[in-house]
Amino acid sequence: MNALIIARKEIHQAVRNRWVLASTLLLAGLALSLTFLGSAPTGTVSVRALDVVIVSLSSLTIFLIPLIALLISHDAIVGDMERGTMLLLLSYPVARWQVLLGKFIGHLAVLAFATCLGYGIAAAALVATGSRIGLDSLVAFAAMIGSSVLLGAVFVAIGYLVSSLVRDRGTAAGICIGLWLFLVLIYDMALLGVLAVDQGRSISAAAVDAMLLLNPADVYRLFNLTGFANVSSFAGMAGLAQSTTLSAQMLLIALLVWTLVPLGLAATAFSRREL
Amino acid sequence: MTSTVHVTDVAKDYGGLKAVCGVSFELRQGELVALIGHNGAGKTTLMKLMLGLIRPTSGSIEVLGDNPAAGQFAGRRQLGYLPENVSFDAALTGRETLAFYARLKRETVASALKLLDAVGLGDASRRRVGTYSKGMRQRLGLAQALIGHPRVLLLDEPTTGLDPELRQTFYEIIQRLAAEGTTVLLSSHALTELEERAGRVIIMNRGVKVADGSIEGLRNIARLPTKIRLKIAGLGPGELPSWLPTGAPCRRLDGHLVEIEAEPDQKIELLHSATASGRAVEDLDVLPPTLDELYAHFLRQAERTP
Repeated sequence: MNALIIARKEIHQAVRNRWVLASTLLLAGLALSLTFLGSAPTGTVSVRALDVVIVSLSSLTIFLIPLIALLISHDAIVGDMERGTMLLLLSYPVARWQVLLGKFIGHLAVLAFATCLGYGIAAAALVATGSRIGLDSLVAFAAMIGSSVLLGAVFVAIGYLVSSLVRDRGTAAGICIGLWLFLVLIYDMALLGVLAVDQGRSISAAAVDAMLLLNPADVYRLFNLTGFANVSSFAGMAGLAQSTTLSAQMLLIALLVWTLVPLGLAATAFSRREL
Repeated sequence: MTSTVHVTDVAKDYGGLKAVCGVSFELRQGELVALIGHNGAGKTTLMKLMLGLIRPTSGSIEVLGDNPAAGQFAGRRQLGYLPENVSFDAALTGRETLAFYARLKRETVASALKLLDAVGLGDASRRRVGTYSKGMRQRLGLAQALIGHPRVLLLDEPTTGLDPELRQTFYEIIQRLAAEGTTVLLSSHALTELEERAGRVIIMNRGVKVADGSIEGLRNIARLPTKIRLKIAGLGPGELPSWLPTGAPCRRLDGHLVEIEAEPDQKIELLHSATASGRAVEDLDVLPPTLDELYAHFLRQAERTP
């Protein structure tokens, strides 16, 4: 109940601060431009138009959603402490975990709204322009939206963990940008480099799976680009899809674990903080 | 009278710094207690300890039956707190802010909104808090502390930034609450304001409680001289009244005024001789030691006995 009161206020604030509007417009704009520009290579007559959109949109999501999630979440705790609002809030009959959970629900709701609406517009635009869309493509697209929200949840939780550990907002922002760069860009490049050098001699397929599971962005990529046969043929990931033993359920569970563990750690760190 | 707050032998260290050291006291229902001391004397630290925002290094605290250090918070529904430099989320309006806090205390929003009128924010309640002045934020801070008729009120420098008129209203509100049984603990630098109102004073110095009692009680302990001011006609420059006992500390103020510093047990005797001396005394003022003087006295004493 307390968590929901706090969630409601966070959503209210996000609407007031135009966070909701800005992120929805950003996601919708990019999704729309990808939908229409991205269909150039396949032509507009293709029945697979939505599958192409899934490939390009999920690649975009890997960069954008973690960034938006970290932007919202990095100062959730340390920022409120610096502004002094946390002091007053914690003098009320609420537990600290309820504060954290409330903020999480609120921030995730904002992110989910922006993603569903932004990406939904792209799908609707395809239908409106006369593309025929198969049911399996639609399922894959819905799964993409759902997993994008889940990816957002992961990075909101990671942002809270950073926010509950550091002493000032600047540090939180710096660490979050570093984490974003590492998880979204550097990790993959490093992994690719290692695999290229190794040429499959000493690194087993299981080890590659493990390394992919250690990065939520890769888990998301794997889920969307290999999870659905019709999509993976476009993504150029068919090879990887055959070699990996990770099922869609396992990937989803991995994303859930990636959400719950940082969130739990953040709650623990926050409950030990002194203001 | 039942007590609402127990503080038992509490110490709080920040690294090597002893913010609070060996402090014990008990606050009872209906008491209006002034917590005074320099900046850094440990007043804010004590309030944060009572709220569980920080945990004591040693000792124990109980507030409305809760142990705040263990994260218990059921009693906080009946607790109001106004932090020093209160701040709110700038994007919400005054009404929305107060409604949010009322929901957290399970109070009806309508009853909380009435408080906005009580602190004189009725007209500005639909504006965003970001546009408020310091005084208006302080009013909103007071309003939120008063939500739900609290049994314990912790007010950290509540009157800073308030205009004189609102200060008056503020003291009326908290005196009424105290009369109805609320424990009010307020820290302040404005000692003259508290003098008339606080039933009890706790003086802190460098994290240690150096005095605790009613102002009358503290006057008895401190044994500071009472100032007697006399307006005497026909006194030559530099001349002192003849009936004055030799050695009594006194000085001439401007014009006809003589100020005598009377020890507590000499006070009545001096007044007798002053009135018995005939018509020369035109006017008379008796000024007991002020809270300012008592405060300075107890601090000097604390510094002498480490």
